[in-house]
Amino acid sequence: MSESARVSAIHCKSLAIDFPGEIRAVDHVDLTVNAGEIVSLIGPSGCGKTTLLRLMAGLEIPTDGSVSLDPPVVGHAGGIAFVFQQPSLLPWRTTLENVVLPLDLIGRGSRQSRRELASKMLETVGLEHAATRFPSELSGGMKMRVSIARALVTDPHVLLLDEPFAALDDMLRNQLGQLLLELWEKRRFTVVMVTHNIAESVLLSQRIAVMREGTLAKILENPLPQPRNEQLRTTIEFGEFYGHVSHALRGD
Amino acid sequence: MAATNSLRLREILVSIVLVATVAGVVLGIWELIVWKFELPKALLPTPKQCWDAAVLEKLPLFRATLSTGFAAIAGLLVSVVIGYSMAVIFSQSRGLRLALFPYVILLQTVPIVAIAPLLIIWSGYTFRTVVIVTAIVCLFPIVNSVTGGLLSTKQDTNDLFRLYGAGRWKRLLHLQIPSSVNHLMLGIKTSSGLAVIGAIVAEFFVGNGTTYDGLGTLMTGWTALVKTDALVSAVFASALLGVLMFGSVHLISTVCLRRWTQVATGSG
Repeated sequence: MSESARVSAIHCKSLAIDFPGEIRAVDHVDLTVNAGEIVSLIGPSGCGKTTLLRLMAGLEIPTDGSVSLDPPVVGHAGGIAFVFQQPSLLPWRTTLENVVLPLDLIGRGSRQSRRELASKMLETVGLEHAATRFPSELSGGMKMRVSIARALVTDPHVLLLDEPFAALDDMLRNQLGQLLLELWEKRRFTVVMVTHNIAESVLLSQRIAVMREGTLAKILENPLPQPRNEQLRTTIEFGEFYGHVSHALRGD
Repeated sequence: MAATNSLRLREILVSIVLVATVAGVVLGIWELIVWKFELPKALLPTPKQCWDAAVLEKLPLFRATLSTGFAAIAGLLVSVVIGYSMAVIFSQSRGLRLALFPYVILLQTVPIVAIAPLLIIWSGYTFRTVVIVTAIVCLFPIVNSVTGGLLSTKQDTNDLFRLYGAGRWKRLLHLQIPSSVNHLMLGIKTSSGLAVIGAIVAEFFVGNGTTYDGLGTLMTGWTALVKTDALVSAVFASALLGVLMFGSVHLISTVCLRRWTQVATGSG
């Protein structure tokens, strides 16, 4: 199977959701995320970014509209992976056992093959030495690496990230952003990432969707070339596009 | 690692010295009060007189402590099995939880001394009755604690399980049960002390009709004979039993179940 066959586009059609108290968290959003694309959702707090992401994951049921994947992930359990703001590791499981968890839940392969797959994934995120450690014995950055490894162990079509690096310091944030880029270069899965950090969205994504009050206010095409790395942050192009995104966020 | 162990050992030694110092001070004050006010032995014997009585009555005291200990452990185990099962049911059905949980609270609020005579009518002057009374006393902390543990899983983790299509059983097995172990051990720790109290209270009643020889029975007999020194030694034996039970539960919790109990705060 080719790599591209394992990724899906996401189509959000007139997607809306109301929460109790007649609060419209997402108001008829139309958005297509192409297969193998990285799109960032940015906007002020409470604008509906996380809710839109949860709708894409199927963790919320829309009041109106629909979300579909093309090709669909039916029959591919673990086709959608989600990285939460907190690593959300199970404290009684070791690092390796935490990465194995999705495979245990979907019941894919033998116990041995699951562990081998998880070991490989840990290697990919540079944590093979911490396989037998418990989450309480890991640093914040290591926990987030485990969380990313756990998300990718099922070889998902789509990776959804909800402010995954928000709780980390700048250095770790940059390191993990770089790791995400490297993993994406290898696998080219579709990524939607919620973030508050403009620089992070500029460096990582091909398009940036700016949200305001539950609606999609603007979609910005990122002109920066691929592949990207940390050095890009010091270029004039980076600074210019950063400025555009900043203006769009302010509603200019 | 070696430094951590050495630090822990030092902490334990300091703790032992402090506890022994407090015990020494209390025993000294006690001895002083008896000497100063010239209290009769029947009212308040000296620590030395209590020790002598314990040595004199060592065989019945040892046998009674063993009986009460067995009853307390059996009652505690029964309450763990019943309590855990009830908590699992409560965690799976909100309706059952709403319907039955008030009755579990009711069981806790009804004084055990009021139920004990009834239980003797139904179950007789037997070891079984002592176990039942003990189990009733121990039940509430376990049901309450474990139900809380089973229901306190985090939103993100619940979402993760939903995302991978985990059904009720997988959620229970991989998430709820492991996350409840810490709560179970906290419930058992609370109940371990109550188990000794429950067993002794039951023995006050059960001992009236038979040759049953628990600490409660012994205390009743020695009260009637105004053997205050022996009575105090029995009180110490029951306290020691409670401490032993608590300590054993703590040891199991930290050594055998460390994965679920020690790392629970490190959720990440």
